[in-house]
Amino acid sequence: MRAMHFCQACGKVQPPAPVDYFTFFDLPRKLDLDVAALDKVFYELSRKLHPDLNAQAGSQEQAWSLQQSSLLNDAHRTLKDPIKRTQYLLRLEGVELEEQSKTATEQARSTGEVKKQIVPPELLAEVFDLNMKLEELRTQKKMGEDDPALIEEIGNQKHDLEEKQEALLHELQRRWKVWDGMIQRESNGQPVSEEERRQERDKMVDVLNRRNYIRNLVRDVNEVLES
Amino acid sequence: MASDRIVGIDLGTTNSLVAFMQGESPVVIPGDDGSNLVPSVVALDENNQPVIGNAARKYLTETPERAVYSIKRLMGRGVEDIQEELKFFPFRLAEDLQAGEVLRIKLGEKTFTPPEISALILRQLKRNAERFFGAPVTKAVVTVPAYFNDAQRQATKDAGRIAGLEVLRLVNEPTAASLAYGLDKKQNGIVAVYDLGGGTFDISILKLHDGIFEVISTNGDTHLGGDDIDNLLITIALDDTLGDLGLDLRRNAEAVQAIRNAVIEAKIALSSQPSVKLDVGLPGGKRYLREITREQFEQLIQPIIDRTVGPCKQALKDAGLKPEQIDEVVLVGGSTRIPKVRALVKELFHREPHTDLNPDEVVALGAAVQANILGGGSEATENMLLLDVTPLSLGIEVAGGVTDKIILRNSTIPASATQFYTTQVDGQANVAIHVLQGERELAKDCRSLARFDLKGIPAMAAGMARIEVKFLIDANGILHVSAREQRSGKEAEIQVQPSYGLTDEQVESMILDSFDSAEEDFRQRQVIEARNEADTILAALEKGKKSPAWGHLTTDEKKKIARTEKALIAVKAEDDYQAIRKAIDALNQGTSRLAELMMDTAVSTALKGKTMDEADMGEGPTAPHPMAKAEFQ
Repeated sequence: MRAMHFCQACGKVQPPAPVDYFTFFDLPRKLDLDVAALDKVFYELSRKLHPDLNAQAGSQEQAWSLQQSSLLNDAHRTLKDPIKRTQYLLRLEGVELEEQSKTATEQARSTGEVKKQIVPPELLAEVFDLNMKLEELRTQKKMGEDDPALIEEIGNQKHDLEEKQEALLHELQRRWKVWDGMIQRESNGQPVSEEERRQERDKMVDVLNRRNYIRNLVRDVNEVLES
Repeated sequence: MASDRIVGIDLGTTNSLVAFMQGESPVVIPGDDGSNLVPSVVALDENNQPVIGNAARKYLTETPERAVYSIKRLMGRGVEDIQEELKFFPFRLAEDLQAGEVLRIKLGEKTFTPPEISALILRQLKRNAERFFGAPVTKAVVTVPAYFNDAQRQATKDAGRIAGLEVLRLVNEPTAASLAYGLDKKQNGIVAVYDLGGGTFDISILKLHDGIFEVISTNGDTHLGGDDIDNLLITIALDDTLGDLGLDLRRNAEAVQAIRNAVIEAKIALSSQPSVKLDVGLPGGKRYLREITREQFEQLIQPIIDRTVGPCKQALKDAGLKPEQIDEVVLVGGSTRIPKVRALVKELFHREPHTDLNPDEVVALGAAVQANILGGGSEATENMLLLDVTPLSLGIEVAGGVTDKIILRNSTIPASATQFYTTQVDGQANVAIHVLQGERELAKDCRSLARFDLKGIPAMAAGMARIEVKFLIDANGILHVSAREQRSGKEAEIQVQPSYGLTDEQVESMILDSFDSAEEDFRQRQVIEARNEADTILAALEKGKKSPAWGHLTTDEKKKIARTEKALIAVKAEDDYQAIRKAIDALNQGTSRLAELMMDTAVSTALKGKTMDEADMGEGPTAPHPMAKAEFQ
């Protein structure tokens, strides 16, 4: 299917077909993908699609090369990253991801809304404690003081959070294997129920949400520590 | 392949160069004064004719109100952005400038936008190349600082168009340098390019593998360079003269230029000497004397060069690399000749930097390599491909004045993002979009790129319209936007109001010599230029005949001169520029001994004229420093 980017007869760049990123790379919608192999195809295609190498072509071909090349880069950027790849697949599957991004936080703050943020239950106590400490450090910094013991405590908690973040990535990778197995069964002709599909999606959404939450927390900590 | 020659141009803050691929290696094309570097100085002469490069430098001290340098600092910027620059640079803005308008600079009584001034430099380079090839040149690759934003890039492209050059590609300067480096080394590995020039700083980290030059991350500061060092030294001198002599020279452009020339010379000398003596003649007959040791100089410039540390660390962090993982650090830009800068780089990357490349020329050479690739490639560039990134995140303003980032910095370009918009009220026909560039969370802290109005949305109930807006950053790092209403399939009309750019019509009206590419006009210009050159050498000969040196020539030598002089006068009347050039060369040869003798008899005056042979810079507020008091005589 990769051949679709080029003319079968003359090899020239063709206009991009309206396809998703997996299809663009001629890949099944599986998550545990071989990034090294993806990179290899990315470089191969770059050598053909990049505008620099089509600068002597006609203006139509140059325009196609620009579109194809941007699609190639967008697809590669998304698929090579484990989190972006999972989010992208879930969106393709119709899931609307609650972005707990900083942007959303700022937006909520500035419009006075209360942001919907689900604190993972197992983290409730820890988050509460960390937020108290962060507030204390903020106040101290405003006064021009620094309590090394407090900074160390926060640093330890941050380290702990980063380990949890890492562990969640591994959990996500386990979910990928289950998902990919399901897709494989499907392509072998065994029907997968919508219920099973939904359950698998929900599990991944849950891991992503928890990881996102921790990531934001780590970012807040860094912000205070570096301020 | 392409028969058109595509040249590579480094449009620098201090100097500009043009290069091309000769066979398998890139070479710089010298100007008619034999110099590879064309100082980025533009002046208007007595007849309001533009003078560019070395020839324009004397105007900086003689008629500073008719000359301008470091124009690159003003490219793509608005009047509110440059208040800081105005403290240091003798830029004279047009009086009738409106907020939000593209800047206009006064030279004499005329005004020019920064792209027009850059265009004059580009046209000079174009002419140098045409002279060299004996054929028109209409296509070029032009380099820009990697950290240039969209407006600065667009302004550079506009300058090319005004100069009659089709800019096939804007290439980031450190990336261009890596091409020249990689062509030479042909090695795989991770390379960091540290580029500290006259006015800009860039750091780029690249992965070189099998001919692919892949930028992993880039960072920088478009207002940091040798200029800032010069300005600091000038400020100290101005403080000294004001404090000790009560002489306020801050508004005396001639005196500031004289000081500027002296401090630049001193700065350069301090890279190879332990100390220098500044000695500048001041208005009123006094002399400003100050000794600067290298140690003092390094202490002074530390805060300036320290500003490169943050971008380097961020670039490493973005690349996910530790300094130890960098295989080589390549130095680019004249300011990397400063030993203290080299020491800083060594400290940052834990290794000796690679200093084999000529830091003034390597960017132009790399641009020539890229020009060759775009032209279809050759044996030397076969398999070479550049994958560059966008230096700044692209965002759009959303509710609450927040920036929603849609393409993150360090994304490989071309890159795109699609956003969906809808209407808020029934029958709404327009949607306004504000596009931003930068890393900050709030829209007001980011750079405003443009405001778009999506127009002609078909009448629908509120929230029913679904407008797809596609943002595409091309391989030049320049943004394109297109929009479509999905339910009706109708293309929405986009009105672009670039925040700091020229409109197409404005650029069109500025184009210099639109006939430039025509073969006949090219030939005519060559004839005129050749005749001017003939006049110059004939006038010089008349002077020589009156000098004491003339008496030292033999009769044979005099006869030979008379013969070649006559031949040149005869051929000058005709239209064959190549014949005129030949005759000029013959006369030049015939008079070479005369020139030598004249040099000997007038060594002191000749040298005086040459001491100006260095770079350029401005004026400013006060700068406390740890040095002893200056002396005045």
